Amino acid sequence: MDYAANLAMTLPELVLAVGAIALMLVAAWGGPASTKAVSWAAVAVLAGALVALTGPASGGGDAFYGLYRADAFAGFAKVLIYIASAVAILLAPTFFKRTAGADLRPEYPVLILLSACGMGMMVSAGDLLTLYVGLELQSLAAYVLASFMRQDTRSAEAGLKYFVLGALASGILLYGISLVYGFTGSTLFDEIAGAFAATPLTGDTRSLGLLFGLVFVFAGLAFKISAVPFHMWTPDVYEGAPTPVTAFFASAPKVAAIALAVRVAVEAMGPAEVQWRQIVIFASLASILLGAVAAIGQQNIKRLLAYSSINNVGFALIGLAAGTPEGVASVMTYMTIYLAMTLGSFLVVLQMRDADGQPLETIASLAGLSRTRPGLAAALAIFMFSLAGIPPLFGFYAKFAVFYAAVQAGLFPLAVIGVVFSVIGAYYYLRLVKTMYFDEPTGTFDEGDKLEGGLIAVAAVFVSPLGYLAIPALSAWTLAAAASLF
Amino acid sequence: MSFPILSLMLAVPAVAAIACLFLSAQAARVTALAATLIDLALGVVLWTSFDVGGAQWQFVEYAPIFGRFGWALGIDGYALLLIVLSVFLMPICIGASWQAIEKRVPEYMAAFLFTEVLMIGTFAAQDLFLFYIFFEAGLIPMFLIIGIWGGVNRIYASYKFFLYTLLGSLLMFIAMLYMSITADTTSIPVLLNYDFPPQVQTWLWLAFFASFAVKMPMWPVHTWLPDAHVQAPTAGSVILAGVLLKLGGYGFLRFSLPMFPEASASLVWLMFGLSAVAVIYTSLVALVQSDMKKLIAYSSVAHMAIVTIGLFAFNAQGIEGAMMVMLGHGLVSGALFLCVGVIYDRLHTREISRYGGLAINMPRYALLFLLFTMASIGLPGTSNFVGELLSLMGTYQVSTTTALLCTTGIILGAAYMLYLYRRVVFGEIKSEDVRAMSDLTPRELWLLVPIAAAVLWMGVYPESFLAPMRKDTQILLARLDRAKPAGDSQPTPGKGNGGTGIVPAAHAETPAHGSAH
Repeated sequence: MDYAANLAMTLPELVLAVGAIALMLVAAWGGPASTKAVSWAAVAVLAGALVALTGPASGGGDAFYGLYRADAFAGFAKVLIYIASAVAILLAPTFFKRTAGADLRPEYPVLILLSACGMGMMVSAGDLLTLYVGLELQSLAAYVLASFMRQDTRSAEAGLKYFVLGALASGILLYGISLVYGFTGSTLFDEIAGAFAATPLTGDTRSLGLLFGLVFVFAGLAFKISAVPFHMWTPDVYEGAPTPVTAFFASAPKVAAIALAVRVAVEAMGPAEVQWRQIVIFASLASILLGAVAAIGQQNIKRLLAYSSINNVGFALIGLAAGTPEGVASVMTYMTIYLAMTLGSFLVVLQMRDADGQPLETIASLAGLSRTRPGLAAALAIFMFSLAGIPPLFGFYAKFAVFYAAVQAGLFPLAVIGVVFSVIGAYYYLRLVKTMYFDEPTGTFDEGDKLEGGLIAVAAVFVSPLGYLAIPALSAWTLAAAASLF
Repeated sequence: MSFPILSLMLAVPAVAAIACLFLSAQAARVTALAATLIDLALGVVLWTSFDVGGAQWQFVEYAPIFGRFGWALGIDGYALLLIVLSVFLMPICIGASWQAIEKRVPEYMAAFLFTEVLMIGTFAAQDLFLFYIFFEAGLIPMFLIIGIWGGVNRIYASYKFFLYTLLGSLLMFIAMLYMSITADTTSIPVLLNYDFPPQVQTWLWLAFFASFAVKMPMWPVHTWLPDAHVQAPTAGSVILAGVLLKLGGYGFLRFSLPMFPEASASLVWLMFGLSAVAVIYTSLVALVQSDMKKLIAYSSVAHMAIVTIGLFAFNAQGIEGAMMVMLGHGLVSGALFLCVGVIYDRLHTREISRYGGLAINMPRYALLFLLFTMASIGLPGTSNFVGELLSLMGTYQVSTTTALLCTTGIILGAAYMLYLYRRVVFGEIKSEDVRAMSDLTPRELWLLVPIAAAVLWMGVYPESFLAPMRKDTQILLARLDRAKPAGDSQPTPGKGNGGTGIVPAAHAETPAHGSAH
């Protein structure tokens, strides 16, 4: 295999890496004045990476002797990642301009580009070390982003907390990787799968070591997707980070980490399905339950959405627990719809500003929104009912897909318990609707931004019943993506 | 494919609902009324062009546009009658809200129109998941209607309504997933003839039961209903009692009975037991209510129990009777809630003790209220008589004890309804503000008189309503025949028994008939 073909397969990452480095130089020399230009250039780089995906980058080949996979699954995940990253860049200027004591600097789009590059490597990883390098690139950029409002103590705290806990999780993951390497003799997914297939997991030393490795790897991944019991950082980081960054955290890295978990589970540890399925089922149900119960008492909308993201990860994991191509396709379907709902919700949060333009974060400040800003209230109501999985909104189809896969795989107890827990989740989503529609207005919000308004409308239309028309295309695409893993 | 009249009936209120959101209050009222009247006209066209005795499924539409499931619509006689009931009540609801709703009128009208779309969709859906989407989506507008325009305790009631019904439905959802995967189809007509193993049937039946029993509502999961009714605005109560409660009965009829006949037969005891308790218990509870809406809400639970026993009687009288009770109750309870609304609009209280002597200053109101009271009791000549009689006759053939217990409901029903009527309408006028209440306005007459006419029509000439469903009942009974439980009664055909006209060929199907000779 010649080098040019390998580079062609990794073209999206190359575009992002080169673009990020070039823009970093521009930022270094241009200073804060170049923020706007760098932001738009970064969006252009993401668009370029999206175009680069259409070629061999999603053609199904393996680059660099199996270290990197350029298959349809990675392509699908990257499309979602790039879109979410671009939205996170577009949201930032308005937020920082109007928030007192915080300025947007040109490093922000550059960090997002680096993070996107790392996420691309995560979802394309064919080797545990590629995986780790991608994960760290993504995480290090994210730690800085979390503390981007330097003068704000909550933001600084979020960055520090994220860093310390993230480092711990990386350590756990690396330990798991070292165990797997030690007991299989390879870090390539294919060879690990071969070793798992060759070793009956009966309890002798060798299989015990493998199992420990598997458990540690999944624990590290669970931290990244913020699945219970490794979710503790999520609410604090989401609350403290600047809202555009929170929107980013809740969307792109989540998609990347879920896709990574799916790939590791299916490609590297497929033969040990029985073993990891128990972990996934536990993490799934625990996330759904905790995400639902802990959200009930929250007063801060960003914390609430943090618990909501934990809850949603739990549902996505139901699809993974099925372990079938339909299951993987349902996870991707779920993440696609989740992305629209989450980004839409955070866009609405960005609109919550008092008369002076300062951000509001309490749920109570939404009171009576349906009178003061009916369009915004309707959009948020759509997102909330959709997150709760109530038909005819598109969020129902996301849950439909994962439960379909679970029932098809015969996991009835999982499906029934998951569905019952989802009623608890519905309660707090309803609370937001209640606050907006049933309570009397307490104050009015500042006028919103046109770009944000447009993005909210796009997300709301996608999540509305009109989204169902996208089902045939979406299911064909996700099934094709899932098929590339099996 | 013929003209897609069902899709049109869904599209008209949907478009009008979206339009309403952008209109002023008065324009929204007019738009909503126009849209519901167009749908009523389409409903009449639907009824007149329905080929009685023709194909089981008519006006079929199919478009596989959703991947795993499709846009499949089509109706049989049962669905036809319930759709006609829905479109008949909707303009009345809009009219009832004309003046009573003053705040946020455009949103209110939009919510009602969306409810209409979802109700028609639920009855017309021929695809398992399309049905589920319509069925479940109805929660959203109703949640908003109760929560925004409801009474003092509206928020509690709206939550209770939403979460209660959601929990029930989600178990049904898992069962539907299993069915669609096992049978490899989402088409309801195909599933109607698919035989699930009896063991599996029981689980599926229970999952569907969880949903429909809450919707129905059956004792002991009925407690959301009185709260929802009391807090909902008048038109919300009408639609809740008139149509949404019928979704439970329709579900039993469409899914539980034909899809799981063995399970239905083996769990008849459960249905009969819960229904008998419901009839007696909720009737007694209704007797002591001091709030008019609550009283009628409890009476709804009792009437719905008559529906469930009829459905699970496994014979033509029972099933057709249950349908007649559903239709009749839809009209009568809707009308009773309107009657409460009329006086609530004037005095702003639902306390029975605040009223009295309305016959003196509101004679026209007293007359119409009397008619609906009598219909609720089941007086011959009114709609409920036909339904209750058939339903209890059907039940008697299977379980004499249940029939006996449930018949007491009619006596108790007479007690609480007449007691209500006496306290509100008869006696002396107790206070000046009651004396100042004016009689029905022309608008209110326009709301109540059509319902009164329909109630009498159903009572005097029920054949119009029985004819469309007769063939469906035969198909359903043919499906249920293999699982039919043996009855404990031994009816002997007496003189002139074949000539009642209401129940043709009924006795020929009774197994006890043979042994009686």
